[in-house]
Amino acid sequence: MISSLIESLSTYSESVDNVILLIAVLVGFWFLACEAVFFWFIWKFRDRGQKAMYIEGTKKEEKKFINIPHMLVLVCDIVIIIMAIRVWVDVKQTLPPADATIGVHGQQWSWTFKHPGPDSKLGTADDIDTAHDLHVEVGKTYHFKLTSEDVMHSFSVPVFRLKQDAVPGREITGWFKATAPGEYDIQCAEMCGIGHGIMGGRIHIETAAQHASWMAKQASSIAATGDAPPVVALEGK
Amino acid sequence: MAQPATEHVDDASAHAQHDDHAHGKQSAWTKYMWSTDHKVICMQYLITGAIMAVIGGYFAYAFRMQLAFPAQSVPGFGLVTPHMYNSLVTNHGTIMIFWVAMPVLIAAFGNYLIPLMCGCDDMVFPRLNRLSFQIFLLSAVVLMAAFFVENGAFGGAWTAYPPLSANSAYNLTPSGQTLWVVAVALEFVAFLLGGINFVTTAMNSRAPGLTMWRLPLVVWMIVLASIMFMASVGPLVAGAVMLLFDQLAGTGFYDPARGGDPVLWQHLFWFFGHPEVYVVLLPAMGIIGEIIPVFARKKFFAYKVVVYTAIATGLLSFFVWAHHQFISGIDPRMANVFTVTTVIISVPLAEMCFLYIATLYGGKITLPTPMLWALAFMAEFLIGGVTGIFCGASGSDLYFHDTYFVLAHFHYTFFPIAVIAVFAGITYWFPKMTGKFMSERLGKIHFWGTIISYNVIFLPLFVLGAAGQHRRIYNYNHFPDLAVPWMQNLRILATVAFLVLLAFQLVFIWNLVQSLSKGKPAGKNPYNANTLEWATESPPGHGNFATMPTVYRGPYEYSHPDREDDWWPQHEPPAENAGDGEDA
Repeated sequence: MISSLIESLSTYSESVDNVILLIAVLVGFWFLACEAVFFWFIWKFRDRGQKAMYIEGTKKEEKKFINIPHMLVLVCDIVIIIMAIRVWVDVKQTLPPADATIGVHGQQWSWTFKHPGPDSKLGTADDIDTAHDLHVEVGKTYHFKLTSEDVMHSFSVPVFRLKQDAVPGREITGWFKATAPGEYDIQCAEMCGIGHGIMGGRIHIETAAQHASWMAKQASSIAATGDAPPVVALEGK
Repeated sequence: MAQPATEHVDDASAHAQHDDHAHGKQSAWTKYMWSTDHKVICMQYLITGAIMAVIGGYFAYAFRMQLAFPAQSVPGFGLVTPHMYNSLVTNHGTIMIFWVAMPVLIAAFGNYLIPLMCGCDDMVFPRLNRLSFQIFLLSAVVLMAAFFVENGAFGGAWTAYPPLSANSAYNLTPSGQTLWVVAVALEFVAFLLGGINFVTTAMNSRAPGLTMWRLPLVVWMIVLASIMFMASVGPLVAGAVMLLFDQLAGTGFYDPARGGDPVLWQHLFWFFGHPEVYVVLLPAMGIIGEIIPVFARKKFFAYKVVVYTAIATGLLSFFVWAHHQFISGIDPRMANVFTVTTVIISVPLAEMCFLYIATLYGGKITLPTPMLWALAFMAEFLIGGVTGIFCGASGSDLYFHDTYFVLAHFHYTFFPIAVIAVFAGITYWFPKMTGKFMSERLGKIHFWGTIISYNVIFLPLFVLGAAGQHRRIYNYNHFPDLAVPWMQNLRILATVAFLVLLAFQLVFIWNLVQSLSKGKPAGKNPYNANTLEWATESPPGHGNFATMPTVYRGPYEYSHPDREDDWWPQHEPPAENAGDGEDA
């Protein structure tokens, strides 16, 4: 349902979409059933000169019309809770072993990213810093270390169904694993001030070969100038 | 003047106030600004709420135009800058919840209906009531003043998360941020005073024979809402004071660099903020609950159970707040607890809706304008209710959080609450408030124009949200995945539908003006309704009842098999030797 509107490109995005579909089916049933009964009553009991019935709603045979649907709603709720928590635990409470770790840093009003260099380790001299653009490789499990410079931001990658607030003073760890290459939006999903509306970025999901060539280009540039190639934080605006 | 009961507390001081008014000469200023009459205070809240609704709607007009036609000057407003856009959405939300929904649903209807439906002459604390409105008016002035100070009004969203809201270096509105916090805090004080009055009046000033189980549902709902408000607002007032200290005195309650915690505010805010949803929902359900039995000529289905479900919803609503914070950096295990409580709250709410629908069964249903609004409330609120499950379940919220899906969801709850139920209440009680009927023809044009355009505004926003459109962005052209033509077309569709909705409100204003000057006289009880407000003149005079009523039965004794009439007023004495065993 959701994937017809927006691509589904992480290992857990399909299970998020499935929970949404499950909820849509269950609440959709209740919604249609309620509206159907509601409009049917309005039509069936329209004023045709009759005297209305006198029903207190306290007898057992009257209450069952409420109590049975009531219990069924509870059953649906339990199904929804179990399925939602299963996905939640998978996305937010478990941390599969990482192939690589990146740093994601929010500040008014841009995202900056720290990629591990050729040594595959974060926090060493060959790290590649970028603003606005995040480069990741398909099929690799990434951990991200999310921090904020100033106010609340929210690191949101809709195609991954991933969203996590960045809180100043904390480092929050999460993970994702992309399933197909492409280039998509990164958003800031938490109001962060006047520039909130321009605080975005792009995620470049690359094949192993593309990623290696991007990294080689960055590494040679660092070797030549001592710094990564200049990037414009809000390019393409 | 007859007194309703010996239970009436503080009647000496209430009467001292009334006598000032009944016998002294009054200027318009004294009469309308310093009145202690609950009906005048209702009008003060209603009119102030309506003015604030116009301002909130004007803000929505400006930012919807900016979204549909980015970076073009908005007719009647001008260019919407990013800073202005943030101020507009922030204050639109703040105004519509705190300065429209609260004053109209709780304060205006509560003030009008509680004394009339309880069969007493005024609120228990009339001067406190007056003070409540005056503080409320002051709070509205303080809020609006922010648009006229240097750097403009606060733009950090109506939720005002620190550190953005705590430090002007981040939000760039040094005066606006403080005016916002002060206005909200003052507004809470006003509603604390109002809430004390509603609860005390309903507990102590009921007419003889009017037991709690014979109270109309709307009185129950407003009392429960007031209790919930008073129980939940304390932490937020404390939070607001800490925020004020952070802004002005340089403390660091929310500043991690000085040992504070920004997430603390979110807990304090939402501990109030989620019960607040039910604080405005319950009075709306109450209003609808008065209208449906009258135009279905039906006794309410399991009246006591409705009250129990309202109490259960109210209690549960204190344990769901962190569903606003699933991804905010709280311990992810907490999300599981709050998913359970949040999804389970659908059980009492679904039951309440079932009972309302069951009340229609076997009725004799007519569809005048107030009934159309009441039924539309049920039909539309269901959409808001069921879409809430997506937002309350952690596994789906981690995608929908802070998207237009959430926005569409809560507009499908708040629009029925603050607009549809309010129009239901106004059109239903207009004959009582003014003694005149409104035009049915204009009423129905207004109804259909509003309902259809409202759905065309908000249904597309579910689709935009599901496609990943996030909130509070002044121009989606900055996001390539969201700047595609089909999405922009939906934005334009929503904006055009909003313009249509605004245009249809002119029909309502015209209806109001026409009906006030040349509406047909309504008489005491135009709908053959049972509750006590219909026992007195329309409009009720000072002191409400010429003879204080005594109550013999519940509020919904319609179509009783022992009676020829299909209504049986609460205050009508039982016939000789008929007994009065028909307790609700």
